[in-house]
Order: sequence, then C-alpha cells, then structure tokens
Amino acid sequence: MAVVEVKNLVKNYGSFQAVKGINFQIDKGEIFGLIGPNGAGKTTTLRIISTLLQITSGSVKIMDYDLSKNPGEIRKIISYLPEDAGAYKNLTGHGYLEFIANFFESGKAQEMVSKGVEIADLGSRINDRVDTYSKGMIRRLLVGRVFMTNPRLAILDEPTSGLDVINAQEIRKLIKNTAKKGTTVLLSSHNMLEVEYLCERIALISEGIIVEEGKPGDLMNKYKANNIEEVFTKVVQQ
Amino acid sequence: MGALGNIIKKEVRELLTPATFLPIIVVALIFGSMGSTIQGIREEAEEPPVIGVINEDNNNLSMIVTKILNENAEVVFNSTTMDDKKQGLEKIKQKDGIALIIISHNFTHEILNEKPGSIEILWIMKGAGLMDTISSSAVEYLISEVNTNISKELIQGNKSINASVVLTPTNRVETTYFKNKEFIGLSPNVLTNMLSSQSIVIPIIMMMIIIMAGGIVITSMALEKENKTLETLLTLPVKRTSIVAGKIAASAIIGLLLAVIYMIGMTYYFQGFQMTDGELNLATYGLTLDSTDLLIIGISLFITLIAALSLCMVLGTFAKNYKSAQTLTFPVTMLAMIPMFLTMFADFDTLPSVLKIILFAIPFSHPMMAPRALLFDDYILVLGGIIYVSVFALVMISIAVWVFKTDRLLTGSINSRWKKLFRKHRF
Repeated sequence: MAVVEVKNLVKNYGSFQAVKGINFQIDKGEIFGLIGPNGAGKTTTLRIISTLLQITSGSVKIMDYDLSKNPGEIRKIISYLPEDAGAYKNLTGHGYLEFIANFFESGKAQEMVSKGVEIADLGSRINDRVDTYSKGMIRRLLVGRVFMTNPRLAILDEPTSGLDVINAQEIRKLIKNTAKKGTTVLLSSHNMLEVEYLCERIALISEGIIVEEGKPGDLMNKYKANNIEEVFTKVVQQ
Repeated sequence: MGALGNIIKKEVRELLTPATFLPIIVVALIFGSMGSTIQGIREEAEEPPVIGVINEDNNNLSMIVTKILNENAEVVFNSTTMDDKKQGLEKIKQKDGIALIIISHNFTHEILNEKPGSIEILWIMKGAGLMDTISSSAVEYLISEVNTNISKELIQGNKSINASVVLTPTNRVETTYFKNKEFIGLSPNVLTNMLSSQSIVIPIIMMMIIIMAGGIVITSMALEKENKTLETLLTLPVKRTSIVAGKIAASAIIGLLLAVIYMIGMTYYFQGFQMTDGELNLATYGLTLDSTDLLIIGISLFITLIAALSLCMVLGTFAKNYKSAQTLTFPVTMLAMIPMFLTMFADFDTLPSVLKIILFAIPFSHPMMAPRALLFDDYILVLGGIIYVSVFALVMISIAVWVFKTDRLLTGSINSRWKKLFRKHRF
C-alpha cells in the first residue's frame, strides 16, 4: 500500500520552476531517499509533502488524504524534521517534547514524551535548557521529537547535516531502528553514502526532475558503479 | 584600496539599507507635517482675535477698554445694551470669533469708588487641545493691557484710590461655552487643563500597551524564524487561526501586565506634579463618565489592542530575525505616538480635514479620543470608531491567517500575481 503518492508535482517560485513535474510513490514501512545536489528541489519537495508549501500543479496523496484538500488531517499523521531546525531555547529538552506532544492525541502526551526522551537518549541533560545543548544534542532531541508521535510518515531533510561522524552515525542508526518498527520514512540528502546505507529505494533528483529511481543495489548494477555517487554522476552526464 | 577603506566600504554597504533609512525618513516627514500644522495654528494666533463688545458704561474708563479692544482685536459686534447679549453671541459664533466682552453699566463708577470694575467675558471655545487655547490667550493679553492702561490713567489722574484697586482695577466674570455646554466661572485655559488631566492617562496606557505588546508579537515571529522553529510549528496538527490567536492573546496578556507595572510608576510620577485647582473638578460641571461610558471605553481599548496586535502579527511575518523585528516595531510605535500627541495638542473637531482623516484612520486614536468625546456625549465618534477598529482588526487577522496559509511566511515572497500586477502598474 502506498503511503505517499506524488503525481506530476510542479512548484514555481515566481518565474523560477523549482520542481518540474516529478512522480514517485513510497510504500508502507519503506525508507525512501531523495538524492541530489544543493538546489535540486529536494527541500521544496519535502516542504510540499510536509504541508508547508502550496502545490503549483500536480497532486500529492498521503494515506489517501489529498494534500491540497486535507492538510489538517495530514499534519496528524506526519512528522517533519527540517534541515538546521531548532528547538525553543527557553525550554528544557523535556519541556520541548512535552510542548510538541500536547498538540497530538490527548491522554497520550506522557507516553509520547517518554518515547521521545528514550529516542533522544540525552541522559540527565534532557532536563537542561535547550540553549545549553550542542548541535548534535539538538539534532538528537529533534529526532526524538519526530519519532515520539508514532507518525505514519517521517519526513527528514538532511537528517545528519552539520553533525560530526559519531553523531551522524548515531542518528542514522536511530532512523533505521525506528523505521523497522513500521514508520515510513522519506528523507533527503546530498550525502550519497548515507542514503546508500539508509534507504531501501532512492530517487535521483537534478534541477527539479527525477532522473532515476530504484533500489541502490539495482542502480549500481545498472550503471556498473561502485557507489551511488558514481551512479549519480553517470546519470547526470547522460 | 587599503584595509581601512575595504572595511569602511563593507560597513557602509551593510548599513545602507531601506531598513536603516525608512524609519528616519518617516519620522522626518511626520515631524515636517506636524511642524507645518503648528505653524498654521501659530499664524492664525498672530491674527487679531475676533471678538464682540457690549459697553453699557459710557464713561472714560470703559472707553479705555473699548479703545484697546478696537485697536488690537477684530471687533465684529458692538452694542451698548445687555439685551443684545444673545444676538452678540450668535454673531461671534458666525464669524468664528472667540469671546464677547461685556463692560457693566457701573464699570467706571465702581473703580472710582474703590471697587474693581466688572468685565464679563463669554468665551466661545472650539477645542480642548493645548493649541486651541492660543487664541483665547490673545484675549487674555488684551485684558491685561486694559488693566495696565486703566492703572496708568488712575495714577496720572492722581485719583486717591486704594492701591490694590489701582494695581488690579478690573474683576473678570467668565463663562465658557463649549460643545453646547455652559461652564460658569471657567476660562478656556482652566477648562482645557481640567480636561487634559482627565484624558492623559488613557493615551499613555494605550501607547505603552501597543508598543510593548506589539513589540512582543513581532519579536516572537522573528525568533520563530531565527531559531528555525517556525517550520516545525507549521507542520504540527494545529490550526493556523490557533497559532495567530495564541500569539496575539499571549502578547496581549504580557503587554497588559507590563502596562500595569508601567502605569503604577507613572501614577506616582503624575501625583508628584499634580496641582490642585481649589475645588474645581469636572463633576461640578456635570462632566462625568457613567458606567456605560466606562464600558464603551473598555470595549474601545480591547478592540484597539486586538487591532494593534493583528497589525503587528502581519508585520511580524516580514521579520526575518531579531534585528529586523526592531525595525518593524518602529511604524507601530509611530502610529501610537502620533494620535497621542495630536489629541494632546488639538481637539478632533478643530483639526484640519487632512489631520482629521489621518487621526480617524489610525486605529489607535479611538480609545485616546473616547474619554473626552464621551464627556460631551459624542457617541457617534466613539461608536463609529469602535466599528472602524473592529473592521480593521478583522481585516488584519484575516491577512495574518492568510499569510500563515501561504508560502509567504517561509519563502518571504509575495504571490507572483501581485508581483505581475505591481510590475504592470509601475512607472
């Protein structure tokens, strides 16, 4: 069953066309990666699916909800992690998770917060104010926030952007483990190796167009490449 | 280019932005227009005051009075009998005059018998602003000239009269007519002072709440963007109207709290300067605000606060960071200060038409004008203001919610249709 169904999606910013009629679908429990260089249209696509931007033309369906008609319903079942996102600095990590949980199903807030605390794995620092956190700690807190609400679809924009190797690895493990429990994940990255490790299926996007789509292994065989980076270079050069 | 020149060039380029210059240009324009208005009032004040004179006393001292008045004022009504009093007042009103001066039939006789001669002044007051009293001050000056000249006459004539009567030969009996009410024993200056002390509190409270709460709303939006929390907030299952309403309500609460703290300090400050004017107070003249009036003022204040915060919410959507939020607070501060000063210096009724339109159009003016208007039962101005401000608030809230529903909040761009329209009509 398709959790996400994107058809002929177009997004214009004035006269500039950022997304030029892309199509893809993501099945339940899948980790799907949008790969491409900066400015390829990854973040725009993710922002549209997260209900932040309006569609110029085409359609997006999430769990049978039409994005243009039911953004409110979609917000109940998705969780979005923007690139370089922050948390409210005057709150503690725990307070931030509580604030977010209170927007969801009443009566389950504490359960959600406990799950968020567990995923973030910040130890006693979870009770410290966010403005005392390092970048890695904030990212962990935000990943905890994303998955604590048990979303049907988690949308992660450059989840490990700006993190050191250790923190990036921990976040990747966290995403993979959580997805195993049934959450569908759509992520974007310009780090091809990260995507190769995390994603079951990928779409290569360049200048607003999906130029190739498939399983990482299949694409590497098709283009006789050693990694996705090589695949991307060959596809773009064609 | 040397290192110093390189740094100067970079700094100048950074500072040379519309955000730096626009507020200063706006201030210059506002002060410029206020200056020309004040200049207009001053020029008007330099003109001889328009008055009427009834002289029932045909003796030499009263002739000194009429001579001075005729030489220094534009006398549009002259009579020798009190029977023409009503007619005189009508004539002065017609000619946009300021006062009818009545010299009693025994004026000279009283002075020569060591009693101050009685001069009755019937004032026609047009407005209760500080600027509105300038023309009455001109008449006050003429009366003091009258006193000086009568004193000279008494001294030169070697009249053996009590020294205190020589120094103060006249006694003024005053009545002021203002907005269909009669104030016996009050001059326009005293009445203006009494009204000003009554209506200064609400403009200051209003200004403080708007500046403080408005600043909070704009800063809150700016911080959401600067701290990169806005995108997350907008993807949560919460209605856009709830986000807008929540931010407005929270800012209103904090703004009110800050205003209360500020007002406690201000009350003590004003008490230190307060001068008692005998037993005079507005209630003596039937000028009181009943519970309905207070309720109307409360409604006006509340609606205006919502309108101000909605406007700030719309402005806040333009804020990119804390610095730009400070710049965006400026127009709101100016919009709060302009009506405060205008209502302090001039009455709505006596303002030039352009300033009247500006004052009415600024939503923050209405609660500032409400107390004085209600004292004189001008319900049309106050209720009209409440309706206007309510419509303004609704429009602003709708715009804010609309902005929250569009890409504008994140992309910072306006709809391409508007851009095309703008380009089409640009010359």
